[in-house]
Amino acid sequence: MGNESIKTLPDKASVLEGLPEHPAVKAILAWNADALEDAKFDRGELTLTILPDAIRAAAATVRAAGYNFFEDMTAVDWFPAAPRFQLSYHILSHAFKEHIRLRVMLEEADPAIDSITPVWPSADYYEREVFDLFGIRFEGHPNLRRIMMPDEWEGHPLRKDYPVEGYR
Amino acid sequence: MTDVAGTPILEVPVAEGAKDQHLVLNMGPQHPATHGVLRLVVELDGEIIVRLYPEIGYLHTGIEKTCEAKFYQQVVPLTDRVNYLDPLSNNLCYCLAVEKLLGLGIPEKAQWLRVLLAELSRLNSHLIWLGTHAMDIGALTVFLYTFREREDILRIFEAVAGQRMMTSYFRIGGLSMEPPLDFFDRVQNFIRTLPEKIDEYSNLLTGNPIFRNRLLGVGHLSAEDAIALGVTGPPLRASGVDFDLRRDMPYSSYEKFQFNIPVSNGCDTWARYEVRMQEMRESIKIIQQAIDGIPEGPVKADAPKIVLPDREKMKTQMEALIHHFKIVTEGFNVPAGEVYQGIEAGHGQTGYYVVSDGTAKPYRVHMRYPSFAALQALETMCKGRMLADVVAVIGSIDIVLGEIDR
Repeated sequence: MGNESIKTLPDKASVLEGLPEHPAVKAILAWNADALEDAKFDRGELTLTILPDAIRAAAATVRAAGYNFFEDMTAVDWFPAAPRFQLSYHILSHAFKEHIRLRVMLEEADPAIDSITPVWPSADYYEREVFDLFGIRFEGHPNLRRIMMPDEWEGHPLRKDYPVEGYR
Repeated sequence: MTDVAGTPILEVPVAEGAKDQHLVLNMGPQHPATHGVLRLVVELDGEIIVRLYPEIGYLHTGIEKTCEAKFYQQVVPLTDRVNYLDPLSNNLCYCLAVEKLLGLGIPEKAQWLRVLLAELSRLNSHLIWLGTHAMDIGALTVFLYTFREREDILRIFEAVAGQRMMTSYFRIGGLSMEPPLDFFDRVQNFIRTLPEKIDEYSNLLTGNPIFRNRLLGVGHLSAEDAIALGVTGPPLRASGVDFDLRRDMPYSSYEKFQFNIPVSNGCDTWARYEVRMQEMRESIKIIQQAIDGIPEGPVKADAPKIVLPDREKMKTQMEALIHHFKIVTEGFNVPAGEVYQGIEAGHGQTGYYVVSDGTAKPYRVHMRYPSFAALQALETMCKGRMLADVVAVIGSIDIVLGEIDR
C-alpha cells in the first residue's frame, strides 16, 4: 500500500487544500463551487458530494474533465437517519487511471433525482436497479421499470426496513 | 398499472412498435443459446432485427441483501455463486475490497498465489466461453475439447480448495490454507500442454470458413458506443480501447508481472474471439512467471483478530482458540467507511462497493459485474442484423446470468 491510501482528507476544506490540482475537483470548482456540498479523500478514493439537483450537470462536467467511463452506480439506505438515501456513482477515467465517486444524499419523502442517462447511456440498467430495489425515481429515464423483481411486486427489497427473511 | 409509490409502470416497449409487418418473437428464457435464463423480446422485420429488449431478473436471488445479514467472512462463499464460471476472481475482488477497508496488507506469497489462481480462473472462464460460443455457432467438437481442459483446471481447484467450482479459497487476509505439496507441479504440467491445446482449438476454428463467416463483421460495436454503454473487458479491447485494470490500476502485485494486453480494432465478434484467444496465451505467461518467482513466506496476514488461526494452533494454544471462537461467533469489526475495488475478471471489470458502519456485518455490498452492463449493448450490436446473429453476439460478449441477476 502506497502513501496515498494512508492519507485521509476528511472534509471539503481539507480536500480543496490538499488536492487543488485534482482534475475532477478543479472541473467541479470551475463549473459551480456551490454545487459541491462536501468532499472526502479516504483510502485512496475521492468522494465528491453533489447537491441533488445538480447531479446531471456534475456528471457532464466530470465527463468533460476526462472521467469518461461510467462504471457503477448504486444506493445505500441509511434508515432511520436523515437524509435517508445515499447514491454513489463510480466514475473511471481511462486517461488518469483513477476512480472517483460522486455522492448524492436524498431525503426519505418521495426520493427522486435527475437521471444521468443523457450523459452516460450505460446508467440505464443501474438506475432501473436502484428504482426497483430502493424505490428512488429517476426523472428523464427512458424506461423506468422494475428490472429484477416482477412488475407487480410491492416494496423495495434493499431498503433497510424490508426484512431479510420471513413474511413482509 | 402503477407500483406502490404510484409511479406508472410502463408496458413492454417492444409491443407498442409491433405493426402489421413486424413480428415479435420471444427468445428464451429457456433458450439454450442464452447461457442461462435470459429472455429476449425481439421485434423482427422479416429476418432483420428492428428492436431487441432483454428481460432479466429470472435468476435474482437477492445476494446483495443476503450479504447484509452475514459476517464479513461469511460473504466470501456467496461471491462464488454470483459468477460460477470465474469463482476466484469474485473472491479476490471482495477480499481486496474488505482488506482495503481494514487497511490490511497481505503477505507477498498470498498475493502471488492469488494472481496465479485468478489467471487459472480466467482460463476456466475463457475455455467455457470458447466451447459454448463455438457450440452456439454449430461447431460442436470444440466444446468437448475445452471441457476436457477445464476439467484439469477444476481438478487443480479441488486440490487447493477442496471444491471444484465454489472454491472460496481466498479469504480476508490471505488464503484459506497452504496449497498442497504437488500443486506447482500440477499447474506446471497443465500449462505446459495448454498452448498446444489452444493451437488445436485454433486449428478447428480460425480457418474454418463457416465459423469465420458467422463471426466476421457481425455485432459491430464502435469504441465510442462501447464506452457509452459500459462495456468492459475483452469486448472493450476488441473495440480498440487499450485498457486493462491488471496493467493500468494494478492490484494484488500484478505490477510485478510482464504480459501484453491484446487489443484489436476489428470491433466485431471475430475481434472478440481473437482477443480472448490471445488473452489465454497471456494468462499462461503470467502463470509461468508466478510459478518461477513465487516468494517464500506465509499465506495469511498476521492479524489474529481477523484471520482464522491454523488448526494446529487452535488446538494447542489458548489464545488462538479464543480468537477462533470470537471470529466464528462474533465476526470482526471493520472500521466505518466505503470502498470501491475494481478488478479485471474473465468477463470484464468486476467491482465491489462495500460500505461499513463499523460493525461486523457489511452495511451494504454492491457488486458491479461486467455482463450486466454489456447486456445493454446487445441491441446496438444486433440492430439491423439477422436473427441468427443474436446467438453469435451473445456468445461474444460472454454473459453469465448469475452475475447479471445476482
